[in-house]
Amino acid sequence: MKIGRHLFVGMAAAVVSLAGTNVPAEQQKSKEPIKIARHDWSGNLVTTGIAKAILEEAGYNVELLQAEYMGMWPGLESGDIHLAVEIWSTSAGELMEASVATGQTENLGEIGLTGLDRWWYPKYVQESCPGLPDWQALNDCAELFSTPLTAPKGRLLLFPAAWGGFDDERVEALKLNYEIVRAGSEAALYAEVQSAIRRDAPILAWFYEPHWAPQRFDGDWIDLPPYSDACYDDPSWGSNPDMAYDCAKPSGPIWKVAWSGLKQSWPDAHTIISEMELNNAEIGDMIGAVDLDGRDADDVVAEWIAANEDRWRAWLP
Amino acid sequence: MSLTQSTNKAESNTFYRANLPLGTKKILLSVILISLLFVPGWFGAATSNLVEYPATWIVPLNEWTSNGIYWLVNDFDLGLFTFKEFTRGISWLLTRPFILAEGILVSGFSFGSENVVVPPLSWMGVLLFCVLLALRIGTPGLALGVGLSLLYMAVFGLWESAMTTLASVSVAVPLGVFGGLAIGVLAHRNGVFAKILNPILDIMQTMPIFAYLVPVLFFFGFGPVAALTATIVYALPPMVRITRIALEQVPKEISEAGTMAGCTEAQMLRKVLLPSALPSLLVGVNQVIMLSLTVVIIASMIGAGGLGYDVLTALRRLSIGQGLEAGLAITLMAIVMDRFSQAAAQKSQVKRHENPRLPIWVTGWAILAALLLPTILSNWIAIFAAYPEELILSTARFWDDAVTWININLYDTLSTIKYGFLINVMLPVKQFMHSLPWSGVVLFVGALGFILSGWRLGLTVAALVFFLAMTGNWEKSMTTVYLVSVGVVLSFVLGFPVGLVAVYSERARGAILVAIDTLQTLPSFVYLIPVVMLFENGDFAALIAIVAYAIVPSIRYTEFGIRSVSKDLVEASDMMGCTRWQAFLKVKLPLAFPEIMLGVNQTIMMALSMLIITALVGTRDLGQEVLNALQKADPGRGLVAGLCVAFIAIIADRLIKASADRMRRRMSGQKSE
Repeated sequence: MKIGRHLFVGMAAAVVSLAGTNVPAEQQKSKEPIKIARHDWSGNLVTTGIAKAILEEAGYNVELLQAEYMGMWPGLESGDIHLAVEIWSTSAGELMEASVATGQTENLGEIGLTGLDRWWYPKYVQESCPGLPDWQALNDCAELFSTPLTAPKGRLLLFPAAWGGFDDERVEALKLNYEIVRAGSEAALYAEVQSAIRRDAPILAWFYEPHWAPQRFDGDWIDLPPYSDACYDDPSWGSNPDMAYDCAKPSGPIWKVAWSGLKQSWPDAHTIISEMELNNAEIGDMIGAVDLDGRDADDVVAEWIAANEDRWRAWLP
Repeated sequence: MSLTQSTNKAESNTFYRANLPLGTKKILLSVILISLLFVPGWFGAATSNLVEYPATWIVPLNEWTSNGIYWLVNDFDLGLFTFKEFTRGISWLLTRPFILAEGILVSGFSFGSENVVVPPLSWMGVLLFCVLLALRIGTPGLALGVGLSLLYMAVFGLWESAMTTLASVSVAVPLGVFGGLAIGVLAHRNGVFAKILNPILDIMQTMPIFAYLVPVLFFFGFGPVAALTATIVYALPPMVRITRIALEQVPKEISEAGTMAGCTEAQMLRKVLLPSALPSLLVGVNQVIMLSLTVVIIASMIGAGGLGYDVLTALRRLSIGQGLEAGLAITLMAIVMDRFSQAAAQKSQVKRHENPRLPIWVTGWAILAALLLPTILSNWIAIFAAYPEELILSTARFWDDAVTWININLYDTLSTIKYGFLINVMLPVKQFMHSLPWSGVVLFVGALGFILSGWRLGLTVAALVFFLAMTGNWEKSMTTVYLVSVGVVLSFVLGFPVGLVAVYSERARGAILVAIDTLQTLPSFVYLIPVVMLFENGDFAALIAIVAYAIVPSIRYTEFGIRSVSKDLVEASDMMGCTRWQAFLKVKLPLAFPEIMLGVNQTIMMALSMLIITALVGTRDLGQEVLNALQKADPGRGLVAGLCVAFIAIIADRLIKASADRMRRRMSGQKSE
């Protein structure tokens, strides 16, 4: 039973070593890393990159953790993740509010970007459907946007259902003759758009901004009735008297969220990130540099840091 | 992926034992069986609950599971420490070797404030080391292949990512191997443990990784450890199974000799059983390596970094060429590690009789020096530290252009084929699957299990089918069954002839083997994005992904089955004056049938393991359910949907194994081993 004994000793060692790991460590400024969640869309490489660079300039040890955007909340609440700097109210607004309500996370304010997510079509479709971008032209062009599987309905290509946004309700409320097809991932969605554009084929898809896609592809947003709170809350509002959501999505702020322990463990970092503010134009340019020109995200971030020293120095305490 | 032999034996059914090929009995039985499917539909409204599973009957297993996990995370106290502290402690332990490996291969080490820096291993050193090692344990051909593969990673600018991947694989593989070995030895000694273990291994292998990711994140935290844990869970089962089989197959004479020599139990294991099982155990090592590399992409979605991350970021901005380059690096790494372990296996068998040209300590030191010297020099000379950036090549433009060309020129033709197949084949099958009453399917599958093996199998599979309905996943399960079954049939229709070609043409065989090795290790996401460009999001793109991956076992097992038909029997048929066709149809094919059935089995397992990837191109099956649960961080929902996938796999496996067993028993009089 020698192997068995070795196993036992190993397990015992594992258990004993626990004692050492769970003593709450004195979180020194330079030692214990601040963990920032990095998500899987391209603009996020830039925003988290900037946050990391500034914190490092301030003397912190920073680590980026690849984390699922929707699935990271338990991690933020438990302190496995300390910061997430790009929470879109359009997609994760409810999740964030629920999480902040637990008291385990804290909203550090807006990052200064405005998230827009809307329906988009390529420019050349304009010719065959002159009524666009007005949404009321959509039903006239349903045939144009249809495929053999959806005909006579048009095909509306959207993101996975988990991203929210009430589009199923919107299509019904606006009485659009369209079938919703959900791409399984961002890459798959844009692959299809790219393919359609190469062939000058009509396509109607969900895009968002800031993102490289609206920069790379020449097209327009569909004009829906503008968003208002009443549209979401009150069925009688808008073109459909019996249903809510007969309007566009709210264009939402993008928030910075921290684990509630951040303030105590790293007060300066808490201040810096709270102060941090960017804007759509500069982030749009940086996304373009990374995704369209194929440049290294770290280099692009380093350039921003060099060029905007006055700005971010002012955020340091 | 091999699920174990079902332990059920056909004990009871004398009804079927009488062997009447195509007799009335068989037809009658099939009619009864198939009618079971529809019985519940015949009585209209009275039995509508038996057709469509009512929402009120759904057992809230999702919620219970979630609550159970929250309880484990938040409240379960083991006395000295809580359960979460325990898992976090394990996580901390697992991180240590990972940090070490990453330091050695990627980032180097720095000590204290004085900036004492130990550089990571030099790329040139690693390259030389691997080439010399390959020369030492293998052939010059192996050394050349290893050298070119590593050079590929340097030249295409993938070195650092490749080393990050190697770091995590080099932690996951030993843990998988030794963990699997230990569990396998325990199972070998303790029959009860083995019995409990079996279904657990099945579930570990067939449950999509995303299904248990949320609990893993709860218990082990975010970061590379979560990825590591998931990799080990996935890659460990084959090692356990192979250990058990290898130990069981050690010839009696050897173990008896050990007993007579007066070995203690531990000596017996260490000095007798394990050494004589070594060649088989090395097959297990190979499996662990291969499977660890298969999950590189998924692991990179949850923080593993490396080549998988490169593939994902490239594809997200539709840089297909770059994605392909990084994907091929994963394939090359898998093949290099595979060939290395094979060479080591062969070497270990001839070691004692071999007479090396140079004494081992000379070559040993030389190989070590090749590794360390460039690393030391890399402190001062840049070319040793990193492959010069201006020499990095890329073929990405070529691939991107090729994809664009195909996209523009072949789209119309391909989409005609697509819609034809979708409308005439896939949609009818889908509608048929969805029209089946759930209770009819429970009865049908149960009866099938009973006929093939006995009441135990019948009850087990019926219960597993019921689970799909009970948890409210019926519709998604049927979508899954539809996609997988169309995929499996298509894989076989295409794979079977290819397998035959490989049997009859030695030259084609070499090319086919390379092709299927590549298909198996190239991350499917790499070809999935171009596939979406041609076929849009949806079931057809998913089907292509499934077939591309699942066709591999259907080729392998066809080839293997037909090739291993005993020569005597083929000669006998020749002498009886059979034509080539007759020999094939009447002798080889029937005799190879059990192997081919195992091929079907493996094809199903592979198809099911693609579900999580196909969810990324917009299917609406169990894979999508798992993905959605992950995105909502709902541990119960993901686990239950994952169990549904595992259960479908287990049902298919048990039924196919049972029918293959039956066939083999029937043939045992005719077929000589």
